[in-house]
Amino acid sequence: MEAYEPTIVAFVCNWCTYTAADLAGTSRLEYPKNIRLIRVMCTGMVDPQYVIKALLEGADAVLISGCHPGDCHYMNGNFKARRRMKLLQEILPRFGFDRNRLRLTWIGASDGIRFVETMHEITRQVRELGPSGVREAVGF
Amino acid sequence: MEMIRKLPLEQGNEVAAVRRLLRSLLSLEEVDAVFAPLRTAPGRTIFPGLVSDAERIDAVDPVSASFPLNAAQLLGKLTRKPTGAFLVAYLRPCEIRAAIERAKLHQGSLDEVILIGMDCCGALSNRDVRTFSYLVSEDPDAMVREAVRTGEFRFPEGLSLTAACRSCTAFTPDAADISVCLFGSKEDGVPVRAGTEKGRKFLERLRLEVMADDALGEREAVVSRLRERRAAFREAMFETTRAAVDSPGKLATYFADCVLCTNCRVACPICYCRECVFLTDVFDHEPLQYRTWSRKHGAVRLPRDVMFFHLTRLVHMSTGCVGCGQCSNACPNDIGVMELFTTIASGTQQAFGYVPGRRLDEPPPMTVFEADELAEVVG
Repeated sequence: MEAYEPTIVAFVCNWCTYTAADLAGTSRLEYPKNIRLIRVMCTGMVDPQYVIKALLEGADAVLISGCHPGDCHYMNGNFKARRRMKLLQEILPRFGFDRNRLRLTWIGASDGIRFVETMHEITRQVRELGPSGVREAVGF
Repeated sequence: MEMIRKLPLEQGNEVAAVRRLLRSLLSLEEVDAVFAPLRTAPGRTIFPGLVSDAERIDAVDPVSASFPLNAAQLLGKLTRKPTGAFLVAYLRPCEIRAAIERAKLHQGSLDEVILIGMDCCGALSNRDVRTFSYLVSEDPDAMVREAVRTGEFRFPEGLSLTAACRSCTAFTPDAADISVCLFGSKEDGVPVRAGTEKGRKFLERLRLEVMADDALGEREAVVSRLRERRAAFREAMFETTRAAVDSPGKLATYFADCVLCTNCRVACPICYCRECVFLTDVFDHEPLQYRTWSRKHGAVRLPRDVMFFHLTRLVHMSTGCVGCGQCSNACPNDIGVMELFTTIASGTQQAFGYVPGRRLDEPPPMTVFEADELAEVVG
């Protein structure tokens, strides 16, 4: 019986976090295969629906990561993302999704190392939380 | 302190008193129509309508248990362009909250509207209204009189107000331009009070007799007793509902009978999107995709997007939910949509310190942001 390995969907912004992930790659740093990157232009374009969809399709955690406040390429996209994540963190735990499965981080373009460290940390935490159990619970 | 004016009770009748108020406002030069619940023969259900002829104001039924839809939706159609004349809109408190919220969402304007609200005695579901109309007492005025005394309609034969109404603590029209303070009113008249500058200007033109400041004393007593009872019901409803959905499996069971008709979305005054994403081709999944899902899971229930629909609707509109209960009213399969949405909305609204429809100048929480806030979300 294989040990459970979480699936973590990460919406990362093109200008900051994706660039950091790219830097990690070119620096030959490794981060867990559990992380599935979805590159978006800005965290401000992540509709909460995308997060819900990922969870309903079986993701054990969803991460949104982008530029630090004040550094958003589009000025205020990350402020919007923060409000939307607040909303998700208020609503989804009511239905049994642990709040620690809903993450928002600021990882800048030059933070290749920080990106790798964060991915390792989140993967470890979500592994400990166990599977989200959505598919089994919903059955059909 | 806003002056309290008196609507005299002719024929000892609150309903006639309110009609008189509407007739007087309609007679003002700048007002050319009244938007209010109309009892149109031969129908039993009362529907919102427009009245331009003062003689037809008798069709208005301003204190009834019939609440087929949230009239705030219609108000948007009537106000999306200026007409040059004022419209007097007589609405329940939850409809007023919805109207204000919709104006903030650019679905119509309140510039030409005079919002008149009343202390709300509650409503029956659409089904129950049809049942009840066969049992109408010989003296409907007595029913109103009793409701005004206690703050609630009382029905025979085991009928009761909707759960939305029984859990409602916001039954006074706080944000209205003019409030008809029905609760606890005595034989000499119904107190009326302006809530805004606009309301004051129009109310003054009617030259109604002024009442003493303590004229609302009995009302306060009725309101606080009712609010206490409603708050208890509300808390109990929140607790039961939270327990009924606190896992993904339980949530799926809660919506097991949902056929995705999206009636709840249609009936909701806050769901204003003309092209809801669920009705677009985003959800026209490829036939091969369906086969893939079926293969991957072994079996799949259709339509598939039930949980996705309700979770999305919660995320998109719960901060604006005014608790009118039209969602449950519209559901053909008796799902407790209102119970769930009101419970979750209570949490999201509290999280942002927001009350929908409270003030026109209070922006909905998802339309604004600060540079520095919500640090607890990050990490």
